Amino acid sequence: MKMKINFGLAINQALHQLFSTDENIMLIGQGVKSPWYVGNTCTGLIDRFGENRVIDTPVSENAMTGIAVGSAITGMKSIVVHPRVDFVLYAMDPIINQAANWHFMNGGKSCVPVVFWLIINRGGEQAAQHSQALHALFTHIPGLKVIAPSTPYDVKGMLVSAINDMNPVVFIDDRWLYRFDEDVPEELYKIPLGKGVVRNSGNDLTIVSFSYTAKLCEEAVKELQKYNISAEFIDLRTIKPLDEDIILNSVNKTGRLLIVDGAWRFNGVSSEIAAIIAEKAFNKLKAPLRRLTLPDTPAPASSTLEDVYYIKSSDIVKSAIEILKF
Amino acid sequence: MIYSKEILENLYLTMVKIRYVEESFIEPIAKGLIRCPVHLYTGQEAIATGLGASLSKEDYIFGNHRSHGHYIAKGGDITELIAEVYCRKDGCSRGRGGSMHIISPENGVMGIVPIVAGTISLATGAALSSKIRNDKRVTVSFFGDGATGEGVLYESMNFASLKKLPIIFVCENNLYSTHLPIDEIRTNRRIYEIAGPLGIKAERVNGNDVIEVYRKAQLAVEYCREGNGPYFIEYLTYRQRGHVGPDDNVQGTHTDIRPKNEIEEWLLNDPIIKMENIMIKEGGFTEYEISEMKKSIVNEINHFTDIALKSPKPPAEDSKMYLFYENEN
Repeated sequence: MKMKINFGLAINQALHQLFSTDENIMLIGQGVKSPWYVGNTCTGLIDRFGENRVIDTPVSENAMTGIAVGSAITGMKSIVVHPRVDFVLYAMDPIINQAANWHFMNGGKSCVPVVFWLIINRGGEQAAQHSQALHALFTHIPGLKVIAPSTPYDVKGMLVSAINDMNPVVFIDDRWLYRFDEDVPEELYKIPLGKGVVRNSGNDLTIVSFSYTAKLCEEAVKELQKYNISAEFIDLRTIKPLDEDIILNSVNKTGRLLIVDGAWRFNGVSSEIAAIIAEKAFNKLKAPLRRLTLPDTPAPASSTLEDVYYIKSSDIVKSAIEILKF
Repeated sequence: MIYSKEILENLYLTMVKIRYVEESFIEPIAKGLIRCPVHLYTGQEAIATGLGASLSKEDYIFGNHRSHGHYIAKGGDITELIAEVYCRKDGCSRGRGGSMHIISPENGVMGIVPIVAGTISLATGAALSSKIRNDKRVTVSFFGDGATGEGVLYESMNFASLKKLPIIFVCENNLYSTHLPIDEIRTNRRIYEIAGPLGIKAERVNGNDVIEVYRKAQLAVEYCREGNGPYFIEYLTYRQRGHVGPDDNVQGTHTDIRPKNEIEEWLLNDPIIKMENIMIKEGGFTEYEISEMKKSIVNEINHFTDIALKSPKPPAEDSKMYLFYENEN
């Protein structure tokens, strides 16, 4: 059985089904009672599973994140949600010092099956501290996995994998994705972490993206067809561990690469992918690769400034055409 | 005397074990045979010992940079501890952690790290696990006076109080936060007073009197096990050695921190000597018995050290081992 549901409801469905099949799963975080914070993703969870396992919290990001880590160390599978990525900056110690290092520094004696669920909530003139996309910070850290799915089908299957993973996983969510819907199987299923997917096959150039900008890339690929440009589009889904093979195989075929990341440019995911291409596909490139990212400035408030700040699908089309003109 | 000879003997033996393990590291540190940072627990043994004896094997503890004593008092394997301090392959953390990351999950020693206050929220999470599962475990979070400067302590105490979690917040006030005396980090010395405003029952206990520590700890453990937690105890004690390594931080030396007369006063209040006096005066032990106990512990620790040092350092080819747990599917 499949049902057409949107991205937020796919998360909600995954949580309901996971909670009902495994009593060691718990969710903690600011706003799990409130659609203001978490949209429709947590609807019905408290009513069904109780306030012992679904915990709305005081505004104490550092301790709440550490509590999720401590619960995971002692036998729970915990999820901690931060309804704005910006808020998690209070909680870098439990994520980076503790969870990421834990299994290694304790010689494999202890695991931390925790999901750090971080929601990007940009746009709407929310300015610099409600808009940041900080996934690159986490991809820098050994011991963390970082996922950023873009479709309802993927988010459900990847959440199931992430919550059942015995390692800490950072789940980068984006409220801009919540409006998209598609058919999602009703039963539980897993999508492996660390595997990208080719959403569109093509020969002229490779476009790589993930999370919300993946949706923009899908639009751009259709637009490029009008110019007779056949783009191969890869949705990475997981950004660490990175599916290098899927990128290299495609670039080896097309010889051209556009990387689209809705976050900052310097030392970002796009820089890492560019470095991998330089190291492993140097002589395959027919044109310099290009990166389409946010400018290295904070997010503005005013809508006129937001308009030039965020990536649009027309920017992707333009960059692709320029690569082909080289 | 309210406790049996057996209880007194066990408390004493644990304290002496901790003392001799710690003191056995001094010379190897000075010689460079031990290289990782080692924060000695000498002088504070009564606290770990009294609490450890009040907990069951299944109960959880979380510690800090000065946690060898906590590990030993909770039943952690001493040979594995020594091997870890020497960063050997068979150490409790397989040579990946060193002195500041020791662990023994099978004995409830769940996590020890040197980030000040870094495990307080983790311990609170462990207590939350116990509440969700209703498994009747109690968690003890060990931290020092220095941790009272960290916001996460207050966040964790507030949440624990709100959810009535079975956790004992244990502040070992040894009067020094690394190099700073307590009067340079707080406007008053009454640390236990921070808990009351958050709705947490709190008290201050003489941390150099193992019998008093044990008596109060049992009450606190029972209180938490019955679902009345959390609980906060400040133990007054003294760091007999320096912050780290063999340097004792005496005034007039290179690190120039602690006045000589203060050190001498506290040495008169040594928890092990105090316990020996009680055992002889009130417990029915002879001086000879006590000296035999000490000898047997020294022999035991020397034997454990010999075994630990037979373990090699981890092989270089295993440098990436343990990055991730390998999931089964």
